[in-house]
Amino acid sequence: MKHLLGLKNVSATEIQEILDEAFRMKREVLEGSKKDNCLSGKSVITLFFENSTRTRLSFELASKYLGATAANIAASGSSVAKGETLIDTAKTIDQMAADAIIIRHSSSGAPHLIAEYTNASIINAGDGMNEHPTQALLDMMTMQEKKGSLKGLRVAIVGDVKHSRVARSNIYGLKAMGADVVLAGPSTLMPAELERLGVPAYYDVEKAIQGADVVMGLRIQLERQKKGLFPSVREYHKYFGVNEARMQLAAPDAILMHPGPVNRGVELSADIIDGDRSVIGEQVTNGVCVRMAVLNLLAGNKK
Amino acid sequence: MRLLIKNGRVVDPQNGIDEIQDLLIDGGVVQSVGKNLDAADAEIIDATGKIVAPGLVDLHVHFREPGLEYKEDIETGSRAAAKGGVTTVVCMPNTSPVIDNAPLVQYVMNRGKEVGLINVLTCGCISKEQKSGELAEIGELKAAGAVGISDDGRPVLSSSLMRKALEYAKMFEIPVLSHCEDLELVDGGSMNEGYMSTYLGLRGIPKAAESVAVTRDILIAEEVDGRLHICHVSTKNAIEAIRAAKKRGVKLTAETAPHYFSLTDKACDGFNTNAKMNPPLRDEEDVKAVIEGLMDGTLDAIATDHAPHHRDEKELEFDLASNGIVGLETSLGLGVTYLVKTGKLTMSQLIEKMSVNPAKIINFDRGSLAVGKVADVVIFDPDKEYQVCVDTFASKGKNSPYDGFNLYGQVETTITAGKIVYQRNEK
Repeated sequence: MKHLLGLKNVSATEIQEILDEAFRMKREVLEGSKKDNCLSGKSVITLFFENSTRTRLSFELASKYLGATAANIAASGSSVAKGETLIDTAKTIDQMAADAIIIRHSSSGAPHLIAEYTNASIINAGDGMNEHPTQALLDMMTMQEKKGSLKGLRVAIVGDVKHSRVARSNIYGLKAMGADVVLAGPSTLMPAELERLGVPAYYDVEKAIQGADVVMGLRIQLERQKKGLFPSVREYHKYFGVNEARMQLAAPDAILMHPGPVNRGVELSADIIDGDRSVIGEQVTNGVCVRMAVLNLLAGNKK
Repeated sequence: MRLLIKNGRVVDPQNGIDEIQDLLIDGGVVQSVGKNLDAADAEIIDATGKIVAPGLVDLHVHFREPGLEYKEDIETGSRAAAKGGVTTVVCMPNTSPVIDNAPLVQYVMNRGKEVGLINVLTCGCISKEQKSGELAEIGELKAAGAVGISDDGRPVLSSSLMRKALEYAKMFEIPVLSHCEDLELVDGGSMNEGYMSTYLGLRGIPKAAESVAVTRDILIAEEVDGRLHICHVSTKNAIEAIRAAKKRGVKLTAETAPHYFSLTDKACDGFNTNAKMNPPLRDEEDVKAVIEGLMDGTLDAIATDHAPHHRDEKELEFDLASNGIVGLETSLGLGVTYLVKTGKLTMSQLIEKMSVNPAKIINFDRGSLAVGKVADVVIFDPDKEYQVCVDTFASKGKNSPYDGFNLYGQVETTITAGKIVYQRNEK
């Protein structure tokens, strides 16, 4: 694999290879050895056109733990607003002998575009509403860690599916791994012809959660309310918020996930965010491990 | 100069002709049509196995001049047209500045004459500066030669202004060409809303963005008895609205573009910006409806919406890339391949859609090979397969989703007013 642009056409074998590598990285990290040298002599650039704290820090630490030279570029606004095209920006970075470029961009397909013009490995850290593959990988790693196999696992994804690249990458990855994905969210926040992705969608959040092994809340951007996609945060929480009572409908040992950052009391109620079923903290740890794994597999010395 | 086109299959639907005949052109007009014509001093074109038809009339092109010559100009656009068998074009007025006054109409037409390859006609704007505020000087636009009025590229947002335009234009017997789009429903979308937009994570444009606007304009035209022409129709519901209106007797014509009967939004896969246009490529159901609309006459004409862009405007993130594709050099091939070869239209019906009807819509005396008519002629090979290669396009724009497609209907010779303006060279 040269690039990680998404999970759309990635096989179960490839996904498992990344997850196995991530578990290996996790053992190293937990043993306190954060000085693997598999990226020594390599340079990793994060090119973020959207604000991000956790994803960017996660990638930065992942590359540093592996001994890479890491640098960050925060580009504000679109390439057009900046007066330089995305391709030119990417080519410039590429000319500085970058081995991996990690890109986040508000336009779907931006990583695919630069992959055609650069020698570096391109890692998609979120493109528009399209994909966020490392998030789905860390989600799957967490599920595998807690639940064993992903095959036959019932995963309920709840919230703004329409605008969510996290949901899309999870749908592609989980389906490849044989999990049963169900979705729930307001009709105004469901993408067109979703059923053709092979996942059932419900407007009734309780139906989706019923018997789920994993309940995943999606972040809702509060500005969507201003655009008229839902009437109020209050009503959103009433119909689609995950709370303790709704979690009771899930399997007894179900886990609760969220890609973060959470709007407390909107997607999830505070009690369950901090409750026993929540694995939100572990998702963050696994995020670093998955990114270490991806970096090593794409750009590492020990390929 | 005299030209004698020998042994071609003359397809001249206006005059009910579809048979092997010769065509003699003299002094820029058709002098005779018939079997075994002889003319001692004439230049002979052997059209054996080829089709000889009236030159194509394209109601919807963007030649970008004045102001946007880096995309296309009237000379390169004319060459592209000639290469595609198109002898008359109607330029859209969204140039820079926009063509909202008589001198600009004259400028475009004069440039077309200077280039001298094809008939370059133009629309004037509906509203001043295409701002949907005040009407442009439609009487003067018409007097200067404009064959229609349109705010193409920008919909007329105000229903009230559209009503005034349809009422006012009626006096001057000039059609209102409407780019039907409800921008609120578009809401920042960059491709058709459906499975593919979900799959690619791109904002979708609902089909209602077109059908709502089409319906609005039809109802207004009906009420004021205006002369409405709907541009680049792409959706089933819009076609049904047009069909119903025609049944009621509304004075209405409509065009579609070759991409709406030959491609679906699947062409956007891989974030292919050369499949990005407005209205966007739709899905199978709409393609089927477009073909049915062409078959039953709901859609009168095929126009390309030839929209050349610089590669810098296409080699971008999908949602930031410019809308539009070039079409002049592929339209006939797409029509022959996707409509005639598939048995949907006869060759004669295709020529009606691409020459006869569009000429009527703008009341321009073309689309006929009758004796005495101006000799605008296209000769093409309906049976030999050829491969589209954008690098060989005469247009400055290479933004076509058809690169590498195998088509039938390659243009051999294009003649405008008796003068050969394009002759394909055998490689």
